[in-house]
Amino acid sequence: MSRRRYRLVVDPVACDGAGVCAELLPEWISLDPWGFPIVDPGELPASLVDHAQRAASSCPRLALALVRVHASEGDIRRSRASAP
Amino acid sequence: MTPTAHRADRRTSVPARPDLSAGPSGPVRLLLGAGPADAGVSLVDHLQQWGPVPVWRATPFMDELDHSGLRGHGGAWFPVATKWRSVAASGGRDVVVVANGAEGEPASDKDRYLLHHRPHLVLDGAAVAASTLGAGRVVVHVPPHAVASMRSAIGERRRAGLDPCPVDIVVAPDRFLAGQESSVVNTINGRNVGIPSFVGLRPVRERGVGGRPTLVQNVETLADVALVARFGHEWFRQVGTPGSPGTALLTVTGWWPSPRIVEAPLGVSLAQLLGLTADDVHSLQGILFGGYGGGWVTPREGGSTPLTEEAMRSIGSSLGAGVVVVLPKGPCPLAETAHVVRYLDGEGAGQCGPCVHGLGALSTAMAQLAFRPRSLQGGVPAIEALCGLVEGRGACRHPDGAARFVRTALRTFDAHVGDHLRRGPCGPGRPVLSLPLHPRSA
Repeated sequence: MSRRRYRLVVDPVACDGAGVCAELLPEWISLDPWGFPIVDPGELPASLVDHAQRAASSCPRLALALVRVHASEGDIRRSRASAP
Repeated sequence: MTPTAHRADRRTSVPARPDLSAGPSGPVRLLLGAGPADAGVSLVDHLQQWGPVPVWRATPFMDELDHSGLRGHGGAWFPVATKWRSVAASGGRDVVVVANGAEGEPASDKDRYLLHHRPHLVLDGAAVAASTLGAGRVVVHVPPHAVASMRSAIGERRRAGLDPCPVDIVVAPDRFLAGQESSVVNTINGRNVGIPSFVGLRPVRERGVGGRPTLVQNVETLADVALVARFGHEWFRQVGTPGSPGTALLTVTGWWPSPRIVEAPLGVSLAQLLGLTADDVHSLQGILFGGYGGGWVTPREGGSTPLTEEAMRSIGSSLGAGVVVVLPKGPCPLAETAHVVRYLDGEGAGQCGPCVHGLGALSTAMAQLAFRPRSLQGGVPAIEALCGLVEGRGACRHPDGAARFVRTALRTFDAHVGDHLRRGPCGPGRPVLSLPLHPRSA
């Protein structure tokens, strides 16, 4: 049984650029010139998952979410679109 | 197997595949019979020209659509059968079908043409979608100019009992983003009218109008569906390429004094389609494909590349919703680009920080490059960096489209960019082709 894999997704409508996430997870999130997060879209390394969870739950706008990455799915949205 | 069966499935008399009549030969389909006297078409005239839509069972029609290879003409070129199957697979019973004629792209005119001159072809396609998906409601989402013609067409069909479910009209707002899928759903739901949502992991095909699974399909796509339903996939594939079968309606601006709608067999080049000579191509500065979210290319590339979404993407552009702007020599292309970027900035939904700030900064930087190049800090790399800061960071693709528009302008007009940076802006005396904008911004 392999471990669960995750990536981080920002809801850009909800996000108002508080910047808490970049403070808690600087390894994965930086801020653009206007203070909005730039999140690495790739799969989180296992060592960062706990920190990412903390960053997501600390967002005052609940705009950051951990999303499961499934083994066969590069992109969850696309894989759902092509579901039989 | 679709979860919702076509009501005709229960009739034992419906064959698996109806006998199909022969479709028109030749590359002109949707514009067949178009001309100066081509007014709105009554239901009687429509049926005389095209004949009735045969009754299909849901599963065979889904297969027929799959074999036709039809792709969406709203701009994304997504395979239509794949989209319909995913709506069907979302499990809801009361699917909503939306015929989307919002056409927020100001340089596009082809959906307006269809709504006024081929309303019944569009509505036939919506009816086929509704019966195939077991929909309980069809919504026709169109700008104010098309409401009267669509209302009268819907009335004729109701009296003839043609549609499998109620069809109503929702007026599309006059906004660039009005036709974006989640924006359409918001407008119909009556909240955040004309504004896209961050749909995240619940796309509108699963939860759209009234929370129901929703098919949002461009009106030209639905007109093609009506032809596939009548004449079948083999006929449909007689024109176009294996990967992009059929035709596309293009709105061509800049080549003639006023925009024209042209039906292109997919896969021909623009030079073939318009009969452009080498001298004609040489007389141009650039060609814009895909409208203001599309991309500029050099006249040589743009004249010779096959008109398909893949080929256009391979040269950094997009066929999108079929807008082609041909820019002759004379006007300053950077001034033209700057005007459009300012327009795109103003048309943002104002929801996503990177888009709000990024398009504002892009608009300022492009205006500097066009009109006050010495005040531009950081030169072209700074503008490209701004593009990188907005790409992929909005709830919708608006910032991505604006970035592609800017990046391709910088590349296509690079010699002109160099002139601006070294020698200053073009003088005010140069002619300006004003790229078409919405009436409201005039």
